[in-house]
Amino acid sequence: MSGRDSLSTSLPIAGAQAMHARVPELVVISGKGGTGKTSVVASFAELAHDVVVADCDVDAADLHLVLAPEILESHLFVSGHEAVIRQADCDSSGTCKAVCRFDAVMEIERPRGFVIDPLACEGCGVCVELCPSRAIDFPERTCGEWFLSTTRMGPLVHARLGIAAENSGKLVSIVRNEARNAAAANGSSMILVDGPPGIGCPVIAAVTGAAGVLVVTEPTVSGAHDMERVLELAAHFQIPAAVCVNRWDINPEGAESIEARARNHGAAIVGRIRYDAVVTRAQVAGRAVVELGGGAADDIRTVWDHVQRWMEG
Amino acid sequence: MIVAIASGKGGTGKTTVAVNLALSLSGDVQLLDCDVEAPNAHLFLQAEPAGHEVVGIPVPEVDGDLCNQCGECSRLCQYNAIAVLGTSVVVFPELCHGCGGCALVCPENAIREVMRPIGVVEEGHARNVHLVQGRLYVGEALVPPLIREVRAKGHEEGMVLIDAPPGTSCSMIAAVRGSDFVVLVTEPTPFGLNDLALAVETVRTLGIPFGVVINRAGSGDDRVKEYCAAESLEILLEIPDDRRIAEAYARGLTLVDAIPDIRPLFASLAAQIEALPPITAERPAEKSLAHVRP
Repeated sequence: MSGRDSLSTSLPIAGAQAMHARVPELVVISGKGGTGKTSVVASFAELAHDVVVADCDVDAADLHLVLAPEILESHLFVSGHEAVIRQADCDSSGTCKAVCRFDAVMEIERPRGFVIDPLACEGCGVCVELCPSRAIDFPERTCGEWFLSTTRMGPLVHARLGIAAENSGKLVSIVRNEARNAAAANGSSMILVDGPPGIGCPVIAAVTGAAGVLVVTEPTVSGAHDMERVLELAAHFQIPAAVCVNRWDINPEGAESIEARARNHGAAIVGRIRYDAVVTRAQVAGRAVVELGGGAADDIRTVWDHVQRWMEG
Repeated sequence: MIVAIASGKGGTGKTTVAVNLALSLSGDVQLLDCDVEAPNAHLFLQAEPAGHEVVGIPVPEVDGDLCNQCGECSRLCQYNAIAVLGTSVVVFPELCHGCGGCALVCPENAIREVMRPIGVVEEGHARNVHLVQGRLYVGEALVPPLIREVRAKGHEEGMVLIDAPPGTSCSMIAAVRGSDFVVLVTEPTPFGLNDLALAVETVRTLGIPFGVVINRAGSGDDRVKEYCAAESLEILLEIPDDRRIAEAYARGLTLVDAIPDIRPLFASLAAQIEALPPITAERPAEKSLAHVRP
């Protein structure tokens, strides 16, 4: 896997990590949601023996439903600020509403004045600065929580972003950092990251500096479309990528063509997973697919073997 | 009437519901694809292109002749997007949220704003549907500003559907805020239930009425239905777990075209949406940042 060594040494590594040899991270992403990332990660966690798992899908985290963590530590995630008007000091100049570019200031009739919608406030502080009566406070904002846990499959770092909260990328970075600390402390061979859908802020935070990304996709027009965007993203950040087509037998010709498209983007093909009702049954039972067995479980084992060989280069 | 189609979990069928609902409504409808990281509605609608616009966010540009490195701009900036380094001011455009604060506080008027492109807004027509979609450039992190640009294209009158991104974070809020009704799409699995509960909490926080669509009904367990009953949530529609649906979807076909016996399901959903009570509350107008261009 060319470029991996230079990547892991050239990227800035925060604080304590610099003292340890960097444990390689495999980040499982998809572009499109619901392609089976979490089911694949849970099975990999079961098959591997010495990994740390990080759930970086912080605004719809599901891995804990399979891994059943026992929480050892929980920490508040405080990030940024929010503007709050002190009504007693407000002289209704309307400056806040005029300067806010995020439509976060609402004019109210009774009592006449202004309030800030915390869901829309971007925390920029412009209204705080320009309010002529200095009537706007700017407290820190608690945006969620993160946890260090133990599970039957090893350590898990996970998080919960607050409802409607900002800064999911920053929380993803914290989860990855803590997973690196746990991996260094445990002498783990790899960090398995369950990534978020999409290609924006949290995905970028999840993949930058990783040893490789595994794109779990499906043989649908949207699966193919979104896979290509996420492969472009991996190329943009110079991260080696592998692709696995889930539920391939729903559309065999589609699976064929999606793999061809993936190869055109320079991605390695690490296998296919068949459609199998056991995947849903495993979820309902709170187990990894490979704990239940069956066709899809066999396929996932093969994919895991290929991924390991690919990671070793 | 603005109706947003959202979900906590990705891949539950938001786009399927949005597209098939749009085609089942009796009149013209605007469909805003606000899943700008992974916009997929166009794959099913194959709309005739009708417009393309590059959009961006306003970022500072510093006039070195006027700047005296006083540092007011970097003191104000909450995103570390502007900094005084020695005798010059450095801008980190990819960190800038476009709040405009630095230009407002600069005592020397040395800062003007320039547009930094982050994506495109594309429009098209297919049958009764006017599609507007945002497409984030690959490598761009900041999603809500592009969603707000797509929202700003929404008509004041008539029926507007929004295909929202998954999750419950700022992107989902940017897509859903200010809508009159939300359709939450889920599936009957533990992941579906966990993320539905998060989405319900989010939509309740926003104060918007909502109903639930259960996709792949019959595939998992009964806990989603039990949850809906316990929370008194209205189930608007159940889409059966049917391999024909998965195969049609895989090939980019709309269900109402490919599977005739699915049509009545979406007709019933359309009738429920058309029967929603008229809007009474005032909603925040989505304003485009394009107007702040100097």
